[in-house]
Amino acid sequence: MVKQSSNKIFQGGLVNEALKQSFIKLHPKTMFRNPVMFCVWVGTLVMAAVSIWIAAGEKNQGSLAYNTIVTAILLVTLLFANFAEAIAEARGKAQADSLRKTREETPAKWIQAVGEIYTNEIKIVPSSQLKKGDVFLCEAGDVIPMDGEIIQGIATIDESAITGESAPVIRESGGDKSSVTGGTKVLSDSIQVRVTTEPGESFLDKMIALVEGASRQKTPNEIALTILLAGFTLVFIIVCVTLKPFGDYANTPITIAAFISLFVCLIPTTIGGLLSAIGIAGMDRALRANVITKSGKAVETAGDIDVLLLDKTGTITIGNRKATKFYPANGVEEKAFVEACVLSSLADDTPEGKSIIELANLDKKTFDIAGASFIEFTAETRSSGINLPNGTRIRKGAADSIRNIAARAGNNFPTETASHVQAISSNGGTPLVVCQNEKVIGVIELQDIIKPGIQERFERLRKMGVKTVMVTGDNPLTAKFIAGKAGVDDFIAEAKPEDKMNYIKAEQQGGKLVAMMGDGTNDAPALAQADVGVAMNSGTAAAKEAGNMVDLDNDPTKLIEIVEIGKQLLMTRGTLTTFSTANDVAKYFAIVPALFIASIPALQGMNIMKLHSPESAILSAVIFNAIIIPALIPLALRGVAYKPIGASALLRRNLLIYGLGGVIVPFIGIKLTDMLVGIWF
Amino acid sequence: MNTEIIGIIIMFLATVALAIPLGSYIGKVYNGNSTWADPIFNPLDKIFFKFTGINPSNEMNWKQHLAALLTINLLWFLFSMFILMNMGWLPLNPDGNPSMGADLAFNTTISFVSNTNLQHYSGESGVSYLGQMVLMLFQFISAAAGMAVCAVVFMAMKEKTTEKLGNFYNFFIKSCTRVLLPLSIVVATILLFNGTPMTFKGKQQFVSLQGDTVNVSRGPAAAMVAIKQLGTNGGGFFGTNSAHPLENPNYFTNMVENVSIILIPIAMVFALGFILKRKRFAWMVFGVMTIGFLLLLIPTIHNEASGNHAISKIGITQPLGSMEGKEVRLGSAASSFWAITTTCTSNGSVNAMHDSLTPLSGMFAMLGMMVNSFYGGVGVGFLNFYIFIIIAVFISGLMVGRTPEFLGKKIEAKEMKIAAIIALLHPLLILSATALSSWLYAHHPTAYAGWLNNPGNHGFSEMLYEYTSSSANNGSGFEGLGDNTPFWNISCGIVMLLSRFLPIIGPLAIAGILAKKKFVPPSAGTLQTDTGTFGIMVFAVILIIAALSFFPALALGPIAEYFGMR
Repeated sequence: MVKQSSNKIFQGGLVNEALKQSFIKLHPKTMFRNPVMFCVWVGTLVMAAVSIWIAAGEKNQGSLAYNTIVTAILLVTLLFANFAEAIAEARGKAQADSLRKTREETPAKWIQAVGEIYTNEIKIVPSSQLKKGDVFLCEAGDVIPMDGEIIQGIATIDESAITGESAPVIRESGGDKSSVTGGTKVLSDSIQVRVTTEPGESFLDKMIALVEGASRQKTPNEIALTILLAGFTLVFIIVCVTLKPFGDYANTPITIAAFISLFVCLIPTTIGGLLSAIGIAGMDRALRANVITKSGKAVETAGDIDVLLLDKTGTITIGNRKATKFYPANGVEEKAFVEACVLSSLADDTPEGKSIIELANLDKKTFDIAGASFIEFTAETRSSGINLPNGTRIRKGAADSIRNIAARAGNNFPTETASHVQAISSNGGTPLVVCQNEKVIGVIELQDIIKPGIQERFERLRKMGVKTVMVTGDNPLTAKFIAGKAGVDDFIAEAKPEDKMNYIKAEQQGGKLVAMMGDGTNDAPALAQADVGVAMNSGTAAAKEAGNMVDLDNDPTKLIEIVEIGKQLLMTRGTLTTFSTANDVAKYFAIVPALFIASIPALQGMNIMKLHSPESAILSAVIFNAIIIPALIPLALRGVAYKPIGASALLRRNLLIYGLGGVIVPFIGIKLTDMLVGIWF
Repeated sequence: MNTEIIGIIIMFLATVALAIPLGSYIGKVYNGNSTWADPIFNPLDKIFFKFTGINPSNEMNWKQHLAALLTINLLWFLFSMFILMNMGWLPLNPDGNPSMGADLAFNTTISFVSNTNLQHYSGESGVSYLGQMVLMLFQFISAAAGMAVCAVVFMAMKEKTTEKLGNFYNFFIKSCTRVLLPLSIVVATILLFNGTPMTFKGKQQFVSLQGDTVNVSRGPAAAMVAIKQLGTNGGGFFGTNSAHPLENPNYFTNMVENVSIILIPIAMVFALGFILKRKRFAWMVFGVMTIGFLLLLIPTIHNEASGNHAISKIGITQPLGSMEGKEVRLGSAASSFWAITTTCTSNGSVNAMHDSLTPLSGMFAMLGMMVNSFYGGVGVGFLNFYIFIIIAVFISGLMVGRTPEFLGKKIEAKEMKIAAIIALLHPLLILSATALSSWLYAHHPTAYAGWLNNPGNHGFSEMLYEYTSSSANNGSGFEGLGDNTPFWNISCGIVMLLSRFLPIIGPLAIAGILAKKKFVPPSAGTLQTDTGTFGIMVFAVILIIAALSFFPALALGPIAEYFGMR
């Protein structure tokens, strides 16, 4: 459902809402948050006053029509800037609302606690009445009313409403997959769930608040940029204010409209008007990628990430190991060996066991296992197998455990099998040795399957300057092999939870920013320590609390997208600042000659655009200045495309497009506008 | 190619050829490595440190550096005010020149303490030899103070996290005794042999061929001329500065003096490369500065060589170019080269009358001061450039999708705040002061009629130039401005004071704050600041922020004058 949401920038309903908001946001308190646009706001008021003054009989400030038009264009400039912010908010809100709708007012089976003991008294209440700590019951067919943690039971759950993934998932109490999300549906069994958040304080609610602006705080980069823009604005205030005495000296009266127009054109209104829209759009893009961020800062930080910690399983490799080859020992027929392997795996539900049967490609039905007893894998024996009614005992397991079994029965370990074991290990595989009646009959090779396309993604990350680190429980040899094959830069082998933590701390000591993804409770400290911690939605409440983002898709490669979204956010700000500032060159050449031509005709030589008249020149510059804002809204909302081509090449590219473009475009735009405006002025 | 142009090319190439080894030497001096000069000057340093009780190995953080800088400047200020206001009765006054009034002493003191050397007096008649020598002392110490702060910023740019940025007094003394003093001795000796006087005797009298008795001013000039050139001071011994035949006797001394103007400013850039071990970065900085410099220089030479339009229009050819206000022995090209080097570097010495430059050349001279970092003053030139680097790093850092970082240190709100304030200070001071004087002149034309020799656009240029020169701590004058009045003395004094210390404090604070931050090792996503692309970015920032803010003012001054003459 989330996946299908439209990517169109201007949708009818949203536009109407945004238009309404554009006017509401003219309130001075709202305007004051943005110093650049506040200056325009003041300018508009002054121009309105001047227009009234002219209407009352003032003669030296130009015609009423001209002044009224300037006033109107300034107002429109303000509205355009407000519209940009409003449409970004509306889009974000629509996105969040569609997620929120799934969980509104669902009936909940509240389990009423009597004293210390939960009784079976179940009351149906609306979900909005559930409080943090309450426990509710969900049975097959129920929609889970609130985010929570399973405290009892196991269930299959359809999470397609959130993730778009149709395959049901299993959630159970204890362990790392105990979290359930409001709006998802229980397909089988029943669970008791404790509510983990107060109503209105779920991650999604927080995100919606962020987008709506109520609690949206400016990020550090945004603050620094606002300061710079305020600095530019001050410079131009000085430039324009001092023009008055300069004009007096040169006997050049300058109209108030010209002053205000020059000022509004010079201050960076383009970036000033789009700045908050860009920030909101960043969070919105994260949400579109099904990532809920707890703050705008987290998205921004993601763009700065230097080191990315990724779990091997599920991220770099597909789930679990798979059997890839059978190596029978000398004197053992391949067919007999394969059959023995299949027999030992028939009752083995592990992915490895299943993959052995898959690889053997024999019809299960031809095996008669009636009366057979299965030996389950234990950590102690490190082997599993089957005892057939005819007395045959087949075991498969780690090389040394099978070696022990054989040695105890007085059988030796065949040298060729030993060399196979060696070869498989050094290739990053896991050897699974099989014995029949305590006699070694061969070895199965299990290999990690690297996800297709993952190398390219790591290559892309490397070009962005992000170092990838694989975290795995494998031994260093296997880890090294897989790391090399997948193309990650570093790995942590035989990783314990504290190893992750230590690695993150060590990198941070060196000044790097680290991102990681995790789901388990034991990941929580590392998630909190990491600069960007992405918790999987399926993870425990502790993990989700510790991280600063939650991935609804539980997709470990999501980090890569998040990094790109963060980079796009910063780039969009940077490029539009450049564009906005570069525009000033043309605006100077449009307005400055227009200010003085009347009294110093010689300055006509500076009118390099050959604009029609001073009035048309000023109007054209102001009109261009206003129109460029809505023209850039799509870019602000979509973000500037990020290409991992290295920082210098990226700078060159953006400087060429937005810097040089920013110099040239207004020359063309102002000239064209002047050709039109020149008809009347 | 004509010899005038060859002369200029030789001067520029000689400067660069000398600046590279000098930069390496300055790098060694600030890094505390031993140099050949140690055995000669160590005793001198030791006397100073022993006398003042300063321990030169006691490292300071940026705030302590700032306190040291401001304290010694305050002492110098008081000392200079005392001498200038009492030199009439103090010794070494063979010509009997009078003491200065309070407003002129205030202006002159600030002018010399701030490395500006704006002179609202004439050396021959306005100061005694004692006064000249005190001013000469300031030419050493104000230059050394700028270099010392620059050295602190260099130390802060190193790849480590630290608060300790060396000892201010150590950098200060070393700048004097290892750089300025040895070079001054060399330059002064050359001048001496070419006829510049060096004596404490009063005016020399001789009877000319016409039979008139002529009194020729002289004095300890050679020493002062050397340091005024080397320390980007510019305050001449004689009123007409290096256009005076005793201050700048021939084409060769002109070359030596002109090379001296830009030698240390360029060498400081290379010193940065040696200290940080980032030679590419130093070349990037040098490249941006040089392109800016050439963009001002080449059209100026062209304009001056092609003569004055107003004269061409009446049919008079000018094969030597526009020679009004220029020395025939130097020619229009060498005068143009000097005009641009002296304004770009905040030196302010002149060998021609800037008031007589053709309008656009006058504008390029002003632009050099408005940007004030195409080489810039000794030490302070790079400090100004540093602010532009910080702003360029910030914008381009965002453009490549990372929180901006400069040499491994993140640029955040606090640094941006300081950089923005410093960047807008220069336009603020120049434009608001010019606005004030324009307003006064426009509304009280009779009361202030004595201010301007030329009405109209050129008069406006004179006022704009005066404040630009003050704010850039340059010190050259467009002249033609009646500037020894309380209004000009005090307003220029205030502008010089603010524009000297705030632009030193700002970069020092930013560098100090950055030095304390955690060092972020570079990755493939890190913006490289030693590339041509980044150089273009810095150049664009300078152009749009520094140069374009003056566009409306320039339009009313030189640009209007230019179009008016066509």
